[in-house]
Amino acid sequence: MIANLDYGTLQQIWWILCSVVGSLFLFLTFVQGGNTLLWQVAKNDVESALVMNSLGRKWEITFTTLVLFGGALFAAFPKFYATSFGGAYWVWMLILFTFIVQAVSYEYRKKPNNFLGAKVYELFLLINGIVGVLLIGAAVGTFFTGSNFTLNAYNQVTWTHPLRGLEAAFSLFNLSLGLFLVFNARVLGAMYLLNNINFSAMDAFEARLRRAVWINFLCALPFLLYVLVSLLLMQGFSVDATGVVTMVANKYLLNLLAMPLVLGLLLVGLVLVILAVLGTAFKGSSKGIWLAGLGTVLVGLAVFFTAGFNHTPFYPSKADLQSSLTIFNASSSVYTLTAMTYVALGIPFVLAYVAYVWRQMDSQKLAAHEVMNDEAY
Amino acid sequence: MVDVDLSLVNWSRAQFALTAMYHWIFVPLTLGLSFLCAMFESIYVRTGDEKWKALTRFWMTLFGINFAIGVATGIILEFQFGTNWSNYSWMVGDIFGAPLAIEGIFAFFLEATFFAVMFFGWNRVSKGFHLFSTWMVAIGSNLSALWILVANAWMQNPVGMAFNPETARFEMENFWAVLFSPVAMSKFTHATSSGFLLASLFVITISSWYLLKGRHMEMAKKSIVVASVFGLLASAYVGFTGDEAAFENAQKQPMKLAAFEGLYKGEQNAGLVAAGIINSAKKPGDSQSPFLFEVKLPGLLSLLANRAPGSFVPGIDDLVYGNKEQKVMGVAEKMKLGQQAVADLATFKQARKDKNENAAKDALARFTANREFLGYGYLSTPEEAVPPVSTVFYSFHIMVILGSFFPVLFLAYLFYTFKGRIAEVRWLLPVGISSYFLGLVAQQMGWIVAEVGRQPWAIQGLLPVKVATTNLAVGHVQATFFMFLGLFTLLLIAEIKIMLKQISIGPEGL
Repeated sequence: MIANLDYGTLQQIWWILCSVVGSLFLFLTFVQGGNTLLWQVAKNDVESALVMNSLGRKWEITFTTLVLFGGALFAAFPKFYATSFGGAYWVWMLILFTFIVQAVSYEYRKKPNNFLGAKVYELFLLINGIVGVLLIGAAVGTFFTGSNFTLNAYNQVTWTHPLRGLEAAFSLFNLSLGLFLVFNARVLGAMYLLNNINFSAMDAFEARLRRAVWINFLCALPFLLYVLVSLLLMQGFSVDATGVVTMVANKYLLNLLAMPLVLGLLLVGLVLVILAVLGTAFKGSSKGIWLAGLGTVLVGLAVFFTAGFNHTPFYPSKADLQSSLTIFNASSSVYTLTAMTYVALGIPFVLAYVAYVWRQMDSQKLAAHEVMNDEAY
Repeated sequence: MVDVDLSLVNWSRAQFALTAMYHWIFVPLTLGLSFLCAMFESIYVRTGDEKWKALTRFWMTLFGINFAIGVATGIILEFQFGTNWSNYSWMVGDIFGAPLAIEGIFAFFLEATFFAVMFFGWNRVSKGFHLFSTWMVAIGSNLSALWILVANAWMQNPVGMAFNPETARFEMENFWAVLFSPVAMSKFTHATSSGFLLASLFVITISSWYLLKGRHMEMAKKSIVVASVFGLLASAYVGFTGDEAAFENAQKQPMKLAAFEGLYKGEQNAGLVAAGIINSAKKPGDSQSPFLFEVKLPGLLSLLANRAPGSFVPGIDDLVYGNKEQKVMGVAEKMKLGQQAVADLATFKQARKDKNENAAKDALARFTANREFLGYGYLSTPEEAVPPVSTVFYSFHIMVILGSFFPVLFLAYLFYTFKGRIAEVRWLLPVGISSYFLGLVAQQMGWIVAEVGRQPWAIQGLLPVKVATTNLAVGHVQATFFMFLGLFTLLLIAEIKIMLKQISIGPEGL
């Protein structure tokens, strides 16, 4: 069946798959959000150790999902990979640096003779949680606000802004999306910790986490509202049947109206996040991470679908509209997409064993006695 | 095409080399130590002996410290293809991206998921499931090596694809040809088995130190038995796959083979240089001797390169200037055809833009006739096709000499272990302590041979590195180069200090 899929269908399937991976990554940024909560919610060594060890058992999944997101975009949309990573050099480099320092921090933080000291590794995690997520949000924002590049006849990229991508963070829309993701990650992080830790005899710790869910949600709200209202009102990039890109008023509002399913994903996702926040902050629920996680994934999908479907270039160029990338002009060949679609049949199997192992490991909540030994993070 | 800033190309290469070489300090240890941990734990599960559990946990602790920095230094490699080699990424992303994505889906998730069980699951899952998880981490690590080495092998031997003039990029035509190319298989088996070898040396090094200090004697002896057997088998396999890799080089990258043998004039019944000192003044085409000193084994290179005694092995001069007698086309001739292909491609693109279908058809026909030489059209001189000979020659020979020494070392350790005297052989233990560092040198040399040896190509014969870079001001790359240098050095120091501390603490109760 896969062999008979036409090129356009394959391109759309791969945009959906990349969107799923990207949205799952946004959910999994609970690790980054959790990192940034350390100073606020953990008031003694045991609490710090619980936060670090709880997150330290999941960070690799988030990291791997980010790597897969990059790999999937490379395989399916190499023109985007080449244009964005090569063009917006500094924004991606800084994101990568924050993930490099994150990768050693859990393992090295409490190890004796660790050269930099625990506080530096904690600072690395804070940088990863704030700068890394903020810049990822700013980079995603350029799907709507556009970037500064041109492509020549051989599809070689020239970036027209001297900041090489960092300028994205100076757009209010992009910055707001980035800050929303930072606070959303913190909401998710607090919910994850509430779900994963055994709080017996640590009521104050639990209460601080529940308060963190509510406060960070309130902090996220103005940025979310700004992003949503701007998205609905802004001019957007549109591509016609001949491939010509033009600016269209209220393009993304029109996209949502033209794709009610995507609008539904957005609304349901937002409602799920809000329900999870209310349930966790005020009703004593510890399952909020699943509801909010699903909500984040749905909102993420809505964002990616709005950016890429309905005759919309997902990586538009402000500098030269006709250099903008669509899922149809940026993709791999039909052969590669077909081959990769066969490969993608393995994804449910991967998700299944990840879920199984996660369940096995988390069937007992993490207790204080497990994290105060030499082998713990 | 873009104007070439050679300083940008060289800094981009330097950055890739820096990050790759740092990464490869840690990766081979991960590849091998993961399997050794799985073997140690298997013995524990089979015997129920708690000492084997303590031993396993000790080596796992060191594995975890190494693994973390391996992951940290690895993420940049995937993204660096985009950030610094964006023209490359566009031109070959249709083929090259697939193995990277598959690596993420099937290998990294296996590692990442079961890593948490391996380290934190001792009291959370059953003994059997824990052992299974440790094996999954080992298999996942090595699967990830498979896919990245398939990608690398494709750069050395581009198969299963064709250039599409419409999109001006290379596109995949046969996934299985990419995956199962003989170069990919020999590269995978050679690199992973060398990782097993290095990990065995790591265990030998630390265990020897314990024996010399009279500490943790039982653990050290147990570890040495497993590591020596594993290392000896791995050494044999490294030799076998190395021979295979050299054979593939001779067939697919004869210039690389000529460089690592310092062979300028092709010969029938060519001899293998066992050791030598390169004449640094020697240039392609001149009459100087390539060596100031050499020890040659007669006839052996022809046998190893072509598996045919007495066969002709082309030298650098033959490959650069051609050898009609042996039907070797020179780079100069290929350049002419390549320049024609570049011009015809430009004509084709312009005709398409002007909607002049007849002109496009003609240009396409001319381009198709010469497209296999496209990459040569970007070379400035025929001599540009020659990699730095002395770097490649010395790297290759150091690697081979060290690779020949390791099986002898493992045999010595096994011999004295079975004699029951390993702790008393005071001359052997310091050699064992140094062996891991020698193994690291051999690892780095191997990659220098592979990567410097294929210069000036990013994709062998098709895309020179100078056309593959991102169009960046060189200052950006210089800045990130020094950021990586500083950060990776900092993390390396941290890793070494933590590792040394853990080694000095040693295993519990052994």
